Amino acid sequence: MSIDLETAAHVARLARIRVEPERLPALAEEFNRILGFIEQLNEVDVEGVEPMVSVTPMRLKRRPDEVTDGGYPEKILSNAPDAREGFFVVPKVVE
Amino acid sequence: MLDLSFEAPKPKVIAGAKHDWEMVIGLEVHAQVASKAKLFSGASTQFGAEPNSNVSFVDAAMPGMLPVINEFCVEQAVRTGLGLKAKINLWSAFDRKNYFYPDLPQGYQISQLYHPIVGEGEVIVDMGPGIARRVRIERIHLEQDAGKSIHDMDPNYTFVDLNRTGVALMEIVSRPDIRGPEEAAAYVAKLRQIMRYLGTCDGNMQNGNLRADVNISVCRPGDYERFLETGDASHLGTRCEIKNMNSLRFIQAAIEFEARRQIAILEDGGEVVQETRLYDPDRGETRSMRSKEEAHDYRYFPCPDLLPLEIEEEWVEAIRASLPELPDEKKARFVSQYGITEYDAGVLTAELANAEYFEAVAQGRDGKIAANWVINELFGRLNKEGLSIEESPVSAEQLGGILDLMAKGDISSKIAKELFEIVWTEGGDPAEIVEARGMRQVTDTAAIEAEVDRIIAENPAQVEKAKANPKVAGWFVGQVMKATGGKANPKAVNEIVAKKLGL
Repeated sequence: MSIDLETAAHVARLARIRVEPERLPALAEEFNRILGFIEQLNEVDVEGVEPMVSVTPMRLKRRPDEVTDGGYPEKILSNAPDAREGFFVVPKVVE
Repeated sequence: MLDLSFEAPKPKVIAGAKHDWEMVIGLEVHAQVASKAKLFSGASTQFGAEPNSNVSFVDAAMPGMLPVINEFCVEQAVRTGLGLKAKINLWSAFDRKNYFYPDLPQGYQISQLYHPIVGEGEVIVDMGPGIARRVRIERIHLEQDAGKSIHDMDPNYTFVDLNRTGVALMEIVSRPDIRGPEEAAAYVAKLRQIMRYLGTCDGNMQNGNLRADVNISVCRPGDYERFLETGDASHLGTRCEIKNMNSLRFIQAAIEFEARRQIAILEDGGEVVQETRLYDPDRGETRSMRSKEEAHDYRYFPCPDLLPLEIEEEWVEAIRASLPELPDEKKARFVSQYGITEYDAGVLTAELANAEYFEAVAQGRDGKIAANWVINELFGRLNKEGLSIEESPVSAEQLGGILDLMAKGDISSKIAKELFEIVWTEGGDPAEIVEARGMRQVTDTAAIEAEVDRIIAENPAQVEKAKANPKVAGWFVGQVMKATGGKANPKAVNEIVAKKLGL
């Protein structure tokens, strides 16, 4: 798989990260190097091996249905660049 | 288990300018789990709280926070699956659905794309006595809800409240088995009814606790059958998805509009573009949500923060054993046990509280009369006053008492309605009210005979008329009823009048 400039621009757009056009070739090349590294894994024969989702022999931890958290809107909003009347305020998003 | 037999309804046909069209519909219903806390955090799910007060650091996606699953939510998904006669997957897993939106602080929604907790099931959607659509369920998975964006508080800014972020949703995905707008609304109503019986979702559509995405395409008559035979979706038209509707009325109106929009395009020689659309209830139309299109690249991958969800067969069986009697079974039982019509049984089982009220009244009494009184007198009155069954001023015990007095012949059905009115407004024990206010009907034939004799003696001319025309006997019955203040047993009066007049 090879990442061209258009794909690199698309990935940047999905992540909402601004990348200037002159930076795109370097970004695409970086992606390709990462993918190339990972593609080495394709050399391993995994025929008939079930995908492993975890290396810890643990059961998923569960919790009871109890309200134990929340109730601190001021902390939640404390890093927000803009907050008014208890809401986060962001540039207009229109449907 | 009892079952009512049914036939499939005819698909809705829309006459186009050139020929007839049918539609094919599949739904994704998002049902909020009736839990106190969120799916992966201990923050409250309470509706209507101050903005951002039901938010934990997990929900706000603060660095280093990890999700821990709410076991109750898992149980409710299993319960819902069992209620829809579905396969329960003992092994399921969570995936991340990545997209960027201000009300999604994580930048991804934790969902179950590849291994949902519930597999294939079915829902019987009633479309009238003896007519129902069997809608196949493809899957149910657990996922997080997003927050709420408010666009009308400022002309230049969007306000975001994360209280809803991370609340547990069950996404119930149907097969494309639905063939008309009414069926689609009835399907959502049936899911709502089943989940309310199960207690897994409160079904409050106004608060957004039950929402539906509708996939719809149109085709020519016969195409759908060809699709069913071959499994080849190319027999169907291109579909559009109408997002996020929280009213049965809107669902119907949106489907109706969208089908006609697609037909108009096709008959003009155009092509339907597969896209996401939004229903605008003010304009009564659907429109394209272009903003969603680019974001459709979700780059799903297994959520590294969560181990697979493994549940035990015994646990599932314990949940199965705790299931209540469900609407279809209850309806069938009401028909056979109380001898009432399927229609009446449907009305009585619409809500669990209604069914329980009816059974309390019908216990040890005539089922048909009980059904008649509960539906016509009680529900009619509750509707008129805008009250729920829980707020009914007449308890099942009181209504049963009224029916008992009628069954014993102490009061006529006309007096019973007056008595119902008194119990409704003043309360009290029906038998005591009848006693205290002298409402008992006169069944003492000697007293009625004396009254009939008196009226016959005083009206010789009427007697002659009655002998010529038996219909005039009604006049005598009326006189007796008037003289007794309506308390004479009408049946007894009729018999005595006829006998005395020699008719």
